[in-house]
Amino acid sequence: MKTVMGIINLQEDNKLIRELTDRRAVESLPFAGRYRLIDFTLSSMVNSGIQHVGVMLPDKPRSVLDHLRSGKDWDLARRQDGLFYLPAPTEEATIRKGDLKNFYHNLDFFEHSSQKYVLISSGSFVYNVDFSQLLRFHQNTNADITMVYHTSTQESAGLNVVIETAENGLVEDISEKPAVYDGSKTSMNVYLMEKRIFTEMIRYTYEHGGQDLLMDGIIRRANEYTIYAAEHDGYVAHVDSTAAYYQASMDLLIPENWEELFMGQNPIYTKVLDGVPVQYKATAKVKNSLIANGCVVRGEVENSIIFRGVTIGEGVQIKNSIIMQKSDIQDGSLLENVICDKNVVITKDKWLKGAQNYPLIVTKNTVI
Amino acid sequence: MRKTECLAMILAGGQGSRLGALTKKIAKPAVPFGGKYRIIDFPLSNCANSGISKVGVLTQYRPLELHNYLATGSAWDLDMRDGGVFILPPYAREKGADWYRGTADAIYQNINFIKSADPEYVLILSGDHIYQMDYSWMLESHKMNKADATIGVFEVPWEEAPRFGIMNTDKNGRIEEFEEKPAKPRSNLASMGIYIFSAKFLVKYLEDDAKSETSSHDFGKDIIPKMLADKARLFSYAFDGYWKDVGTVESLWQANMDLLQDEPPFELGGDWRIRSSNPPMPPHYVGPDAKVTKSMISEGSMILGEVENSVIFSGVRIGKGAKVSNSVIMPSTVIGENAVVDYAIMAQGSEVAAGGKVEGAPGAITVVAEGETVEAKASGKQAG
Repeated sequence: MKTVMGIINLQEDNKLIRELTDRRAVESLPFAGRYRLIDFTLSSMVNSGIQHVGVMLPDKPRSVLDHLRSGKDWDLARRQDGLFYLPAPTEEATIRKGDLKNFYHNLDFFEHSSQKYVLISSGSFVYNVDFSQLLRFHQNTNADITMVYHTSTQESAGLNVVIETAENGLVEDISEKPAVYDGSKTSMNVYLMEKRIFTEMIRYTYEHGGQDLLMDGIIRRANEYTIYAAEHDGYVAHVDSTAAYYQASMDLLIPENWEELFMGQNPIYTKVLDGVPVQYKATAKVKNSLIANGCVVRGEVENSIIFRGVTIGEGVQIKNSIIMQKSDIQDGSLLENVICDKNVVITKDKWLKGAQNYPLIVTKNTVI
Repeated sequence: MRKTECLAMILAGGQGSRLGALTKKIAKPAVPFGGKYRIIDFPLSNCANSGISKVGVLTQYRPLELHNYLATGSAWDLDMRDGGVFILPPYAREKGADWYRGTADAIYQNINFIKSADPEYVLILSGDHIYQMDYSWMLESHKMNKADATIGVFEVPWEEAPRFGIMNTDKNGRIEEFEEKPAKPRSNLASMGIYIFSAKFLVKYLEDDAKSETSSHDFGKDIIPKMLADKARLFSYAFDGYWKDVGTVESLWQANMDLLQDEPPFELGGDWRIRSSNPPMPPHYVGPDAKVTKSMISEGSMILGEVENSVIFSGVRIGKGAKVSNSVIMPSTVIGENAVVDYAIMAQGSEVAAGGKVEGAPGAITVVAEGETVEAKASGKQAG
């Protein structure tokens, strides 16, 4: 895998998840109590043996930079290769839409890397994948492009790339659909190809008026390439809407998903914070929940995900909710179907209730 | 290279035989504490928080796990250009090799390390206490007193004083006399085993002591009494925070239980954060039928049973219907369904099979050794 360079594209459209991504890229959304979404893709790359990763920065890069820093927590602070940040071009930003201009702008970086292959992915998926198997598959099929898909098990709205394949994995159709159905072969936005093909794709497509790498570079030109797809049959979630974020979070309360994503051979890494183990006091009552270090629990928590450093006062009842880092839920408050962003304070005896599957969102730093 | 003002040396070679089964495979400073820490995290974090960035750790007994844990010192933010954690095991010289024969000998054998760092002061620490202390204030006091040596002291209850090395001081804190375990103590200021020496002064005494054939090469027994006999300027520095020697099974258990008070006697997070090497594990999961009160639980654990008044480390599995109370459950331990654990310390990677019982009592904590499995029929009753 030393021959593969990873590229994580943080230029995703995030219209459907605006409440939570007002001040951050969707990829740096806090997830699963102590992670950010990008940790899943980045850790999968690192665990697969990739040692050179370029991160295409989003328009609001601060939270991503603050999270990844030197890459040390992913073992990517290296003398050679390691983690690189690829900023978006400033001047052309308004001239042409789409992410392709950012790839075009950074062409020299890709060309100067010593790796033969590139693995391009987005950072808004939740999965734990070993990409080293993908490289072998790619070499065996002699494909130009190899992609990874999973088979959807339920209907869900939101733009997704859906493919049709022959039995041997040869892609026969690739298109973007507004919804997926039970049995749809849904792309995980992971594409492996030789760097030579990748740079040609960017240069040709951009210089011929293209805007979007996926749409203009791959989907429209699909008949020019031999594309194969490999299936990943583990847990996958695409966090592209608030509903998807909420659903993926709740999926973690199923112990099999928690085990598969976090407790196998390949851990998910994240920024280390040195939190104290969770302190449960005499009045605590917690059921079916994930609680991250640094929390102090005096109240009741059920079917919920509590991030690092949250304090939960006496008489508090939290149900079906997600409480992000350093929030303070004071005595006697009642929260049901709520997502509290970071540093939220819910003062004493407040009642907050969202609808089932449409959680109420309390934005960052709010005091209620 | 910038000059090192104060070099810290942590004596971490002790076997800790009073911890019994807990130190069969690891050195005492590597013993887990408080849900995610190890004992040595306390002096190391204290150093980092006090602005001391160059730390020698003298290891000897079962050092592998300790060495592995310390690594580059990055967990404590000590992997700096002009600092770092330096692991100092005994080594061979032209005329053969020696084990560390005493605390003073351990430092003496690394005298070249001290000389090459060329500090003004040397801080000597031991690796078996739980406390949070700002050494920079002690150093300040050392400088103000123009002392040759400053010894950290802690006020112990009078009735316990005969168990400690006791300092008799004048009204300015200057030490007049040092008594090791006095039958009739004249003071209740116990030595914490924390020393600051002016470096040149220390080097001279260590070199003299090394030549002595009658010396046992121990700071408390030989070096300090010799300094006092020479009328050197020795001062005490009183520490009044939480300080606990965790050298026995009972005291280690008690210090863990202290953390479970509604208002713990000290804060592991906060301004004086204790740092440790963090395993990459997710938040712990508490199941639908679980019940957790008055406890601490760390990452990667799965709790399906009941936990009360206990400290649970990372990666622990507690099965359905199991009951864990008044216990310390170290990393990666498995407690099977319907098992019972009460007044026990379960070392890393140990196991109680489904339906098994490990039952100690107050004052008689049961220890299950590293990697050991307690089967359902034979309930673990080995001595602590």
